[in-house]
Amino acid sequence: MSIRERLSGNEAIAYAMRQIEPDVFAAFPITPSTEIPQYFAQYAADGKVNTEFVTVESEHSSMSTCMGAAAAGARAVTATSSAGLALMYEVLYVAASARLPITLACVNRTLTGPININNDHSDSMGARDAGWIQIYAENNQEAYDNYLQAMRISERPDVRLPIMICQDGFITSHAVENILLEEDAAVKAFVGEYRPEHALIGRDTPLAVGPYDTCPYCMEHKVQQAEAMKRAKQAVLDVAADFERTFGRKYGLFEEYRMEDAEVALVLIGSTAGTAKACVEQLRAQGVRAGLVKLRMFRPFPMEELAAALSHVKAVAVMDKSEGNSGCGGPLFAETRSACYDLESPPKMIDVVYGLAGRDCAVEDIERVYRHLLHIVETGELGPRYLHMGQRSNQEEVL
Amino acid sequence: MPYNHKVELSKPERFVGGHRLCAGCGAGIVCRAMTRALDEGDKAVICNATGCLEVSSFLYPYTAWEDSYIHTAFENAPATCGGVEAAYNALKRKGKLDGTYKFLAIGGDGGTYDIGFQSLSGAMERGHDMTYFCYDNEAYMNTGIQRSSSTPRFANATTSPSGTVSPGKKQNKKDLTQIMAAHDLPYVAQTTFIGNFKDFHEKAHRAIYTHGPTFVNVMAPCPRGWQYPAELLPELCKMAVETCVWPLYEVIDGKWFLNYEPRRKLPVTEFMKLQGRFKHCFKPGSEWALEAAQSYVDEKWEKLLARCM
Repeated sequence: MSIRERLSGNEAIAYAMRQIEPDVFAAFPITPSTEIPQYFAQYAADGKVNTEFVTVESEHSSMSTCMGAAAAGARAVTATSSAGLALMYEVLYVAASARLPITLACVNRTLTGPININNDHSDSMGARDAGWIQIYAENNQEAYDNYLQAMRISERPDVRLPIMICQDGFITSHAVENILLEEDAAVKAFVGEYRPEHALIGRDTPLAVGPYDTCPYCMEHKVQQAEAMKRAKQAVLDVAADFERTFGRKYGLFEEYRMEDAEVALVLIGSTAGTAKACVEQLRAQGVRAGLVKLRMFRPFPMEELAAALSHVKAVAVMDKSEGNSGCGGPLFAETRSACYDLESPPKMIDVVYGLAGRDCAVEDIERVYRHLLHIVETGELGPRYLHMGQRSNQEEVL
Repeated sequence: MPYNHKVELSKPERFVGGHRLCAGCGAGIVCRAMTRALDEGDKAVICNATGCLEVSSFLYPYTAWEDSYIHTAFENAPATCGGVEAAYNALKRKGKLDGTYKFLAIGGDGGTYDIGFQSLSGAMERGHDMTYFCYDNEAYMNTGIQRSSSTPRFANATTSPSGTVSPGKKQNKKDLTQIMAAHDLPYVAQTTFIGNFKDFHEKAHRAIYTHGPTFVNVMAPCPRGWQYPAELLPELCKMAVETCVWPLYEVIDGKWFLNYEPRRKLPVTEFMKLQGRFKHCFKPGSEWALEAAQSYVDEKWEKLLARCM
């Protein structure tokens, strides 16, 4: 039986961690993810978990501790945000290449420069090529549910890659919402035990991890890793199917909202989906065929599936909650536009960079984007392809 | 049981041949002697920082290590080792593991004094049951002999070269052993390769079998960086000790013990003149540098004597 509760997103993650009881949690605080290790520290202090709670002196060390623990055959987790994730940047790649299935709860916050504590996706988007599976949540329930699925995906022998479970800083991490929690025993049974084939300790033969990889082998290892990332897609689907059978809540690679006959659509990630759904309902009431694709899995990128979902749409706005600094759009735009390249008649597509550093995005802001798409459909004119929402400095403000 | 070199050397090697370290390199000697200090039957996990040792001892698909080994990056061997130790504690508590494991981290002075210093200080403060060995060869040798905070004053390094207006490195060597002692660890020691390795072996064994975080700093010369013929390695280590450039001492639960006091302290030039990196200090007009080097060693030695029991 599910338990009805009211929790913040951070509490929900900490609660899931308590239920799973990982072997090692390496923790260093950073806003807005700090509460996760705080809640967990209290669980440890009260004897509610049998976990080694290692309070390291930096995020670089938290990821390094996780790598040592995972290589030793333990289930290792951490949590971070923003500059903390950036400080891990070097070792994120090492963890992925060593095929260590570490789970990282990422509470998305803008990357410093200038310093700001609020939400956007620049932190995890900066790590998008690091070899980590990335799953994003719209709300607290999804953050909790995604976390329960994380280890099953990442520890699968044909995957063995680390995984980031992302949610929007403050918007979901600190907002208290109604949530359905599952019973401890049911969670433990669903997640299962971690039994790696090889480990530094507890095996008859020693193990060596992290070689200097010479030219005749290094590229093979990189390709094996890339192949594992491809296989992660099926793992995400399989685990979601089992999750639905077990707990009744359905997940996929992305959520299609009113897409069946959509003429204009947004593609976005995270909590803005809630705002966009409200907007879609308002527009639908006015006869506008508006739809929404909320991406759940960004790594691996669901290229074919996303292209199929957008194939019948006339105009699409990709909503990037991070500035790619590419001069031509954000990362989600680059991937989505590439995905649609092979379509026979791809939709007209613009990139709307929005919500940077916690800039609010309301229903009326989303509505302006849909109206702009309708204008594009009507006139056949794309106009500027790469836009920033609500810029007071923008003389020719489109959105 | 008193130390018996013959018995110790008859143990099976745990760091074996086939590695690519240079002839006359101190790092491989540290690894053999360090793993020899493990009691037979005890398993170990070695956590190695990036450096000469790592790229020479574990090149896919070959390893020179008989024990489990992990390398992740340059600046994080202590945190990685702490993670392995945490996993051991967790798995042991959950009844998923048998046997005794010892956790050894090892890095050069680059990975220890400099880029890995934060990770080292953090892991030691947290109290992981592990021993950190620094093989101190006084410069970043793997990248081509750049100066480190461990490079002594006046040494020639590729980023502190001697030139017409510079006498080599401008700063004195960081005293990491004392910094680690200031962490109030249960055991800290400084050693090098002397005679039959009694000093090294006893310190390594004590460090490994003292519960909690322990630190051993080993002067481990580098023939390319220090510019000496490979066969002079034992002589160099001996001179480092006889001149008091590298005193042998240990700090046990906060108490300082000097392990060797030269009958007649030799001038620091006896150590310096064996090495090409100090060659410029012996040219006419550089007498002041030799005097400064001597007075620095004298000052440090007197301070150490005052601290030791």
